[in-house]
Amino acid sequence: MIQFEGVTKTYKSGKREVHALNGIDLTVGTGEIYGVIGFSGAGKSSLIRTVNLLERPSAGTVKIHGRDISALSPKEIRAARKDIGMIFQHFNLLTSKTVFTNIAMPLILSKTPKAEIRTRVTELLEFVGLADQADKYPEQLSGGQKQRIGIARALATNPSVLLCDEATSALDPQTTQSILDLLREVNRKYKITILLITHEMAVIREVCDKVAVLEDGQVIEQGTVFDVFSNPQHATTRRFVRSVMNDELPEKLLKQIRNTDRQQPIYRIQFTGESVAYPLISQLSRRYDLELNVLFGNITELQGIPYGNLIVEFSGNPAEIQRALLEIRNSPVLAEELNSYAS
Amino acid sequence: MLVDREQIIEALWETLYMTGVSFGFSLLIGFPLGILLVVTRKGHLLENEPVFNVLNAVVNVFRSIPFIILLVAIIPLTRLIVGTSIGTTAAIVPLVFYAGPYIARLIENSLLEVDNGVVEAAKAMGATPGQIVFRFLIPEARSSLVLVMTIAIIGLIGASAMAGAVGGGGLGDLAITYGYQRFDTGVMILTVAILVVLVQGVQTGGNVLSKKLRRS
Repeated sequence: MIQFEGVTKTYKSGKREVHALNGIDLTVGTGEIYGVIGFSGAGKSSLIRTVNLLERPSAGTVKIHGRDISALSPKEIRAARKDIGMIFQHFNLLTSKTVFTNIAMPLILSKTPKAEIRTRVTELLEFVGLADQADKYPEQLSGGQKQRIGIARALATNPSVLLCDEATSALDPQTTQSILDLLREVNRKYKITILLITHEMAVIREVCDKVAVLEDGQVIEQGTVFDVFSNPQHATTRRFVRSVMNDELPEKLLKQIRNTDRQQPIYRIQFTGESVAYPLISQLSRRYDLELNVLFGNITELQGIPYGNLIVEFSGNPAEIQRALLEIRNSPVLAEELNSYAS
Repeated sequence: MLVDREQIIEALWETLYMTGVSFGFSLLIGFPLGILLVVTRKGHLLENEPVFNVLNAVVNVFRSIPFIILLVAIIPLTRLIVGTSIGTTAAIVPLVFYAGPYIARLIENSLLEVDNGVVEAAKAMGATPGQIVFRFLIPEARSSLVLVMTIAIIGLIGASAMAGAVGGGGLGDLAITYGYQRFDTGVMILTVAILVVLVQGVQTGGNVLSKKLRRS
């Protein structure tokens, strides 16, 4: 478990003070994959570095399994770091060492017996799918393979926490997918708590259980990935969600609606989980004397839960519309008026 | 020519001896000094402003003194260390004072070139400052270190020729006493030619080794 309590980080640049982190409170539960998203400069990089004290908080505490890490002596910090693996955007491998030695490095530093190192590294090479590349040098491998070395190296000391610093930001979409799959496997197989930072909402949707949105050194929104994606509260969060989930009316259609005299209510209807299978639209139009015009619709999956989103124009007798809406409210489906679209 | 083969071979040997021994001692001083200049600087492993400032100033002072002046200026110290201020062995003392700080700077620059991400990764895996320097920084910089050491050795070959001017022996001595003072153009050309071959050899060797060590 990682607990951030009032974590603040202030840099002095000349006479100006820059607040990279401004009172962060966050709890990452054991075994979770927790994603922190934000635009560049939001403070994500500082935040993740306070966990293994690559950056020391100016105020506040970071506790790992209940222990305040910044109160430790240098020697204890080094010991604690062996329990916290870290992977990086640019991999940070040793170009002068083979793949094998790169992965073995944390064990060499702890003076682990050679035979033990060989067993462990062979096992890790197998796990990340690089068993046949042991004697190559990192520069001979692709970006995805380099990140696999990074992951294997981070796992060498059997850590309980893995920090991922923009681990897929330098990779193409396909490679990103394979690395995210690997991270999920790390989480499941070794029960490792993962804290990752990213600026890509797709990464959050793909692997995270929970998400926090960071802006100007503050957490502006946090929750399960499902909740935050299906019901974003903050404008910045909405921008991030929109970057991966298209759930808005196309601009052209919007203009068209505005240009007509129609003053019919438009509703956004959200289906989640089992309600996705609920034949709402056809039922409503059959039961009431209404025209239901679907302007927009899509369906995706979030954390394995189906999530559908329809934008529907209701036209007909206002009293009938009200009755139809009442029925929606009593169903497992969520409806939200979007009249602003038409006005 | 006013010199025979034996004299030339002896002079070549003296040059190699002066360069080799002074390079060894310079490395002994310059290597730790270079590492200290890296790790004590602001934001680095063992940040220590006073230590950095003092070392930085000392290196700069020695690097500012022209070698020919240094040669004469430290004669008393030379006498104290080797018992005489004349001869090949005596020339080694000023050569070390000349090349030590130079090598420190070269090593400093080489180590600073290593990607900071590597240092960060090393810290993240719980490496001690010593382990970071010897297991990460130096291995990562090794190709560049070989190249800068090549520069240092060539610099020492040049400086050792100057040491000849104060009776240090070697090829420089031969060139000045016979080639310059006695107008023997043949000796002059021969010594310069030998020096050119020597420098070429060192540079080529350095390039080959550095390339072999470079993995990227």
